[in-house]
Parts: sequence; C-alpha cells; structure tokens
Amino acid sequence: MRNWKFFSILLSVLFAAMSFGCKKGGDGDTIKIGALFSVTGPASFLGAPEKKTVEAFVEELNAKGGVAGKKIEAIVKDTAGSPEKAVSFAKQLIEENKVFAIIGPSTSGESLQIKSICDDSKTILISCAAAELIVDPVAKYVFNTPQKDRHAVMRIFGVMKNLGINKIGVISANTGFGKAGKDQVIKLAPGAGIQILISEVYDKDATDLTGVLTKVRDKKVQAIVNWSIEPIQSIVVKNMKQIGLDVPLFQSHGFGNVKYAAAAGKAGTGIIFPAGRLLIAESLPDGHPQKPLLVAYKNSYESRYKEDVSTFGGHAYDAILILTKAIEKVGAADSEKVRDAIENTTGLVGTAGIYNMSPKNHNGLDENSFEILTVKDGKFAQYTGGK
Amino acid sequence: MSPDNIVQYLISGITAGSIYAIVAIGFNIIYNTTGIINFAQGEFLMLGGMISITLAQFMPLPAAILAAVIITAGVGFLIELVFIRWIDSPSVLRMIIITIGLSIVIREAALHIWDEKVRALPYFTGNEITSIEILGARFSPQVLWVLGTCAIIVIILNIFYYYTLTGKSMRACAANRTAASLCGINIKNMVSLSFTLSAAIGALAGCVISPITQTQYDCGATLAIKGFTAAIFGGLGSSTGAIVAGLLIGVIEAASISIIPLAYKDAITLTLLLGILFFRPGGIFGSREAAALKEY
Amino acid sequence: MKISSHLPVALLGAIVVLFQVLMSATGTDYLLIQLTMSAYYALVVLGLCLLMGYAGQISMGHAAFFALGGYTAAVLSTNNLTQLFSAGVLEWLVQKGLIILSTDAYGAAAYRAPAWLSLGTAVLITVAVSFAIGIPVLRLKGHYLAMATLGFGTILYRIFLGTRIFGEADGISAVRPCEILPGLFVGGDPSQRVFNYYFAWILLIGALVLLLNLVRSRVGRALRAIHGSEEAAGAMGIDTARYKLNIFVISAVFAALGGYFMTHFNGGIGPSEAGIMKSVRYVAIVAVGGMANLWGCLLMGVVLNFLSLRGYFGSYDDAVFGALLIIIMALAPEGIFRKESISRIKELTRRLSWPFWK
Repeated sequence: MRNWKFFSILLSVLFAAMSFGCKKGGDGDTIKIGALFSVTGPASFLGAPEKKTVEAFVEELNAKGGVAGKKIEAIVKDTAGSPEKAVSFAKQLIEENKVFAIIGPSTSGESLQIKSICDDSKTILISCAAAELIVDPVAKYVFNTPQKDRHAVMRIFGVMKNLGINKIGVISANTGFGKAGKDQVIKLAPGAGIQILISEVYDKDATDLTGVLTKVRDKKVQAIVNWSIEPIQSIVVKNMKQIGLDVPLFQSHGFGNVKYAAAAGKAGTGIIFPAGRLLIAESLPDGHPQKPLLVAYKNSYESRYKEDVSTFGGHAYDAILILTKAIEKVGAADSEKVRDAIENTTGLVGTAGIYNMSPKNHNGLDENSFEILTVKDGKFAQYTGGK
Repeated sequence: MSPDNIVQYLISGITAGSIYAIVAIGFNIIYNTTGIINFAQGEFLMLGGMISITLAQFMPLPAAILAAVIITAGVGFLIELVFIRWIDSPSVLRMIIITIGLSIVIREAALHIWDEKVRALPYFTGNEITSIEILGARFSPQVLWVLGTCAIIVIILNIFYYYTLTGKSMRACAANRTAASLCGINIKNMVSLSFTLSAAIGALAGCVISPITQTQYDCGATLAIKGFTAAIFGGLGSSTGAIVAGLLIGVIEAASISIIPLAYKDAITLTLLLGILFFRPGGIFGSREAAALKEY
Repeated sequence: MKISSHLPVALLGAIVVLFQVLMSATGTDYLLIQLTMSAYYALVVLGLCLLMGYAGQISMGHAAFFALGGYTAAVLSTNNLTQLFSAGVLEWLVQKGLIILSTDAYGAAAYRAPAWLSLGTAVLITVAVSFAIGIPVLRLKGHYLAMATLGFGTILYRIFLGTRIFGEADGISAVRPCEILPGLFVGGDPSQRVFNYYFAWILLIGALVLLLNLVRSRVGRALRAIHGSEEAAGAMGIDTARYKLNIFVISAVFAALGGYFMTHFNGGIGPSEAGIMKSVRYVAIVAVGGMANLWGCLLMGVVLNFLSLRGYFGSYDDAVFGALLIIIMALAPEGIFRKESISRIKELTRRLSWPFWK
C-alpha cells in the first residue's frame, strides 16, 4: 500500500484546517440564532421562502438597532430535508456556534428528530412544522408556530356540516405534512359525525392522479379532503375536473401559496380551504388586529424578492418574531428567562394568528387563526357559502 | 367496480403511461448509437419544460417550444462534446456514473438559474377543465397531444433509422463500433448527433407533458426512472416497444390502484420489472438471443 | 502477513487516537460528532467498494441496506415495536426479558428490545434480504444490473415511506441508545461522545482489516479474476455466482451495521436515508476513492461525509457530489489516488492555465 503516506498527510491537513477554521463563541454585541431550513431538496418550497423571510427580518431588525441593544446574527443551514443533516447541524449549532436559539426545521420529520436534542441541551427550538407531536407531549424548550392541523380539520368539518356533507374521501401526500393531517382527519371524523369512505396516500412526485380519483369516485363520496403541501395539489384539482368528479374539494392550509391556485387555473375555482389571513391581507376589514402586520410583511417580502408571499414563509416570520419579542421583553439573551417569556406570550399578533402560549400549550394558536378561503379567478377570497 | 370505471381506470392508465412512453423514447436514441443509457435524460425534459415556460412569456407558444427544443438540443450537443466525446472506449459503469453526475449537476444548476417553484405550460387545447368523454370516461385533451407526439416521433425515428444513410450509420454504431468505424462511419459524430437528437426529443416531450405533470427543477429524476423502467420493459433500443411498455406500465399501475393502497404503486411496478428482468432480460418485446449477445 | 501491511492500520489507529486527544484538549470535541457519523457512512462505502471495485458489480440501492439496518434498530428500540405484537405476546416477551419495559422522559411506558436481540435481528434480516435479492439480481449485467438494484432500492424506500410501523414520511425519532457494555451506550448523549467515537472507528478499522485480508486471500484473487473476465474466471473453475453473492451479502451487512449504529447515535432515522440520492452518493464516493482501493474509499468516505455533514457545501451539497462524479469518472476513472490520475489532472490544469501564464 503506497497510499497510506498520502492518507496520513491528508488527514493531518484536514485536522489542521478544522482547528484553525473554528471560531469560538459569539462576541458580546450579537445574539446568534441558528436556522435550519430545507432550502433545497424535496421540501424546498417551504425552506426557500422561510430562509428569505428570516434574512429579511434580521436585516430590517438590525437596521433598526437590533433587539435589547444587540444585533442579531442568523446562521442559516440548508438541511435539504434530510433528518440526519438536521441532527448533525443542530448539534453543530448548539455546541460549536453556541447559538442562543434555533428556528426551523421546515418539515415535521426533521423537527421530531431534533426535538429531544434541543430539549436536552436546553436550547430554545421554534419549529416551523405543523405536526402536533412536536409540541405534544410538551417539551420544555420546544415550540412551533404553524396553525394546528386539528384546528384546520375542525374548521373544514364545520363547513361540511353546514353543507350537509357526511360521507367523504381523504387523499393525502406521502410527506410529514400529509401524514399529520390525514391522522387528524381520521381521528376527528367520528366526533363530527363524518364517515370516511376511503383514505389513500399518493406520492408527492406523482404526475397524474386520475387513477386514484377514479377509485374515490367509485365510493360515491360527497366531498374530498386533500391533505398535502406540495405543488401536486394543483394536479389533484385539475384531474378531478378532467374526470368529471364534481364534488366539493377541501384542501388543507398547505394550499397557502397563490402559485398553486394559479397553476390550477380554471379548475381551481371553488376549492374550499382553511388558511391564515396572510393570503387575503388586503381585503381584511381595516380594524382587524392582524391587518397592519400582514400587509407590512407581504409588501416587504414581495418588493424585496419579486415573488408572491406564502404562508410558509410566514411561519418563519412568526418564529423569529416570537423569539425577538421575548428577548426584548427580558432585555437580555438569557436562555431561561427568554424561554419563560415565550411560554407566557399572550396576545402576540403574528402572520398565522394571535399567539397565546402557556406551559401546556407551546403553539398558542386557536381555531380562529384560520379563515375559510376559496379560489376565485386564480385568486384567494373569503369563503361565504354554507353559512 | 362498475364498467364505466374500468374504462376510466384504463384511460387514466393511458394518461400516465403516455408520459412514461414519451420519456422512454429519448433513452433509446442514445442507447441505439452508443449502447449507453443516459441517466440525464430526465433533465432534458425538465430543461425543455423550464425554457419553454420562460420563453412563453415573450413569444407565442409554438415558437417558445421550438426555441426550447433547439436550446436543449444545443445543451445536449455541448454535454457530449465536453464530457463524452474524448473518452475512448468507455465502460458501462463509467458512463452510468458520468451521466448520473450530469443529471445531478444540471438539476442543481436549474435550481439556481430558476428557483424551486413549480411552473406549467398552458394546455395546448382548451384549459384545465376541458375534458373529452369516451364511453362514460373522461380525460384531458392534452393526453391526445402526448400520444400524438409519441406516434409522430416514433414514425419519424423509424423512417430516419431505416431509410436515411445517417440513420443507418447510427444503427451500425450500435451493432458494432469497430465494424462501423471500418466502414468509414465517423463514430464520434454519430454519438454527438444522438445526444443532440435525444436532447431535442426530451425537450419536446418535456413541453408536451408540462401542462399535465407541471415542471419543477427536480422533476427530471422521477420521470427518468419511470421512462427507464418503460425502456427496459419494452426492450432497450426499441422505440415501439418503449411506447407499448410505457402505456402498459401506466395501465398496470392504474389497475393496481383499484385494488391496493396507492402508496405501494411504485413498489408494485418495480417488482414486476425486476421479475421481467430476471426471466426475460431482453424486455418483453426484445429478443432474448439479441440481449444475450449484446456487450454490456 | 507481512509487517508492512500492519503498519498503515496501526498508523490509522494512532491518528484516530491523536484526533480525539487533540480535540478534547482544545475543546473542539464537538467535531467528534460528525467524525463518528462519517465513520458509519464510510462503513457503507467500504462494503460498496468491495462489491464495485473487486467483484465488479454496481449497486445503486445500497442506501436501502443502510436503512434496513437503521429501521430495524429504530423499530426495535421504540414503542413502534408494540405494533408488531398483540398485547398478550408483548407481555410474555417482557416477562422472558426479550423486551425491556421502562418509562420515557414524559413518563409514558417505553418498550425496547435488548441490544443483542435487535442487532442480531438487523443482521439476520439484512442477510436474508440481500440473499434473496442477490441471487436473481447478480445474474444481470451492465444497465440491467444498475436498473435492478435501483429498482430494489426504490421498492424498499417506498415501503419505508408508506408503512405505518416505519413512521411513514416522518421516520422514527426518539430511538433509545443501545447498550454495548454496562454504562457504555451508542447514543447521542454528550457524556458518551468519546466512547461513541472510538466505537465507530474500531468498527470501521475492524472492517477495513477484514476486507484487506479478504482481498489478499484466495477470495480476492478469485474476485479480481471475475472482474477481469467473468467467462474466463468461470472457465478456470471459479464459482462466480457464489463469490458475487457472498460479496453482495457482506457489503449489505456492512451497510446495515452502519445504519444500525448510526440510528442509535442520531436517535432517529428518516426515509431520506433510503433514497436514491443517498445510494448515488455512496457510488460517487467509491468512484472518487477508487474502485479497487479500500484505503482511498475509506479516506474519501470519511472526508466527504464529514464536510457534507458539517454543511461546508451549503446549498450546493448535491451539486458538489454530482460534479465530483463527472470529474473523477472523466479524468481519473480509477480514483484520484493513482499515479496516472494525478499526472493526468496535473497535465490538464497545466493545459487549462497555460493562457493565463503567458
């Protein structure tokens, strides 16, 4: 073996590079915040707007003088949606970068994997993923910002009741978001007097769903609930109309991107879905408590990045908002006190709703954070039927 | 299952299958000349779709598609020129790895050139809710566009391969490189041509299917695996086989959906494919003897 | 065995110890986390190197074996295992000591199988699966072999992604540590970090020594003959099918071991570990390290994974691996640790930089 010399030299060089490459700690004038987003990979439609939102937020905040007299430094890491990277990066952020808190990850799978890591190391984690397992059972240091699937399901069932629908078909994507929502629909249906005739899971990368929709049609359902967060939601809508399946379609709050409605085109008209008010910010009544914040976020995001705002970026906005508000309240980057302050957040207006946290509730949103929306001419509008 | 649903399943199978078929054709062109499988074929589709969508904002749809096909063909030519042309007698393993590398790099480049968002071309006929009814089953007219494009591509390819000198030369390269070279065929040019051609066909396919499948920077790999499955199923090298196999896979998938949970659809198709590989390595339409003689 | 073949291994061991001592002394022992993870990934790469480089068989589905080991560990070390048995059987198993009942951090009942049982199960399942799939698959060659292994990997990926006991898209989290010796655990707890580091590296070096001996033995010579020409090897009386199958099973078990311990170390696993991109990545690392070069594969397996896990490539992670695949395969198909390859790269850089020099 000739190579071992080469081998040992390379390893030594690597080690030398590592030891010199590492900067220790943070200096006294900045608060370091870690952010784990799936900027590339299969969940990039979540991670990319989240990253952009956080970067813009931090820049604006620092321009205004930061928080508690200190500047914020956000260290964004791209997990590409894989849990093992999330684990590695989380440990790195906590031990090496000594971050004050972590925002993200974008997907529930990743969030669940690092839940105990953050809790054990007493690092605040504010996840941007919706699954209820993230905050139930409650871990002392773990919070999340998106609305609960349970509330979305309850709102959907409420509309169904008004429309006299009680036999439904459920289809969902094979992702963390789809799974969490599907589980809630199945769990809550009996209590709402709704019967699920069929539940199917499709691949988020599928190119055509007419087959499975035929199967659903065969069951003579009165409505379909589709739970996913991927672009495939537009295909669902189109395929339904194409095979002539004319029952109401209920989407989840994962439909919160106007691009999806645009991609569905004419087929999109009439979709009913619950969503945060960000999507209809401008048409909210003037006295609505969320309106100023929503319009400000929407305008700043859209003018800066030249793309439509989505509720996904809003989850990251809420996460960093809750964190910085808590730091401001405490007046210093003290982990324990800030954690307590987050837990006692009340009446905080965010993009997803109004947060009222408690030691038992690390999410803080209620059913009213959702508005029932529909699609009209490729745009979102408030749903007014069935009341 | 009522009879009209059987027709509906069949038609949704054909919808999905037409997409697999049109992807599979592209694989065969490079395979026919060089005996290698281009794992970056799916990325040609993605590029075609992305470029045409971008251009369609500035020009009429047919012009945008034509431009996308030409640009992607240029990309295919360049790729061959830069990465493949100068490698003498490449082994199959080496070519598999290089083309996989290319597919990853093109995909990541697309992510940084465009972004992660999903896009789609408008429907060529009608719109999202237009549908055609046959025997109580309904489907989008775009499916006919895909099938029609498949048919035209195959007819033209067959004429090209069997009635033109260039086409015959390309087939000669596949049959035996050395012999072809001794007959005065410039093998390297033939390989360049095959990459250009397959990129062009891939781009055209990417445009035609875009209204149905939507186009995103990472849609290539998923499509490529399906197309590759269809190409092997139909016997590598046979365009007609690819189309029949693509449609067949689509129909089998649709049939499997009607009985088992959709989540395992791909697992069923691939198990079937593995079965075919083990018992008929030449594919269902390929000749067993020819497959055994071929050097891999 | 000659002394010269022991020396590099001893040196590697010394470097491993040196790293730990230096890092602990300088307070940078968090680097051990990624070094430990890299070692487990490198274990997969070593197995794949044996399969691709020595037996000449490509596998585009090796991540599936890694995930098979990982998911077995995860199911058997979390409450997911209660889904396997009815309540009565579960109670019986607990009484027999085959399943350990304790309480978790939130005070709920927590079941897990003892380490020896779950490790044994993981290895047995992997051997069975790789045997069953290897017999038909290894009869294929070239593109068909690539497609078949890719297909197999995708099937397992779909099963992990679509089945409730495997946690569907979320994967399995809160996997409990695995007790190797009393008081010593494979797990993510910071107090066990140094032990985990040594455990992973002893496993890796052990595997390396095993493989180095294997390729120098009669088996290795047979493998090289198969790689050169399968027909000729067959004509010489080598049972090519059996050799290929055995190597396939060995490399699958290596991958599964990597997955098994990695899952305990990380405390969880997700379906992305079984994905095609992961398999492609292993192939890429073997290609870079050198097809028939165990040392090269070990080095690249550790270095590239280490850099990737520390996020040095940022959003270009996949792009870096893709570019590496192209460059290495185009310029240095035997891996970069070859004289010819190095001189070829030198020549190319000289030619490319020539206009700037003038």
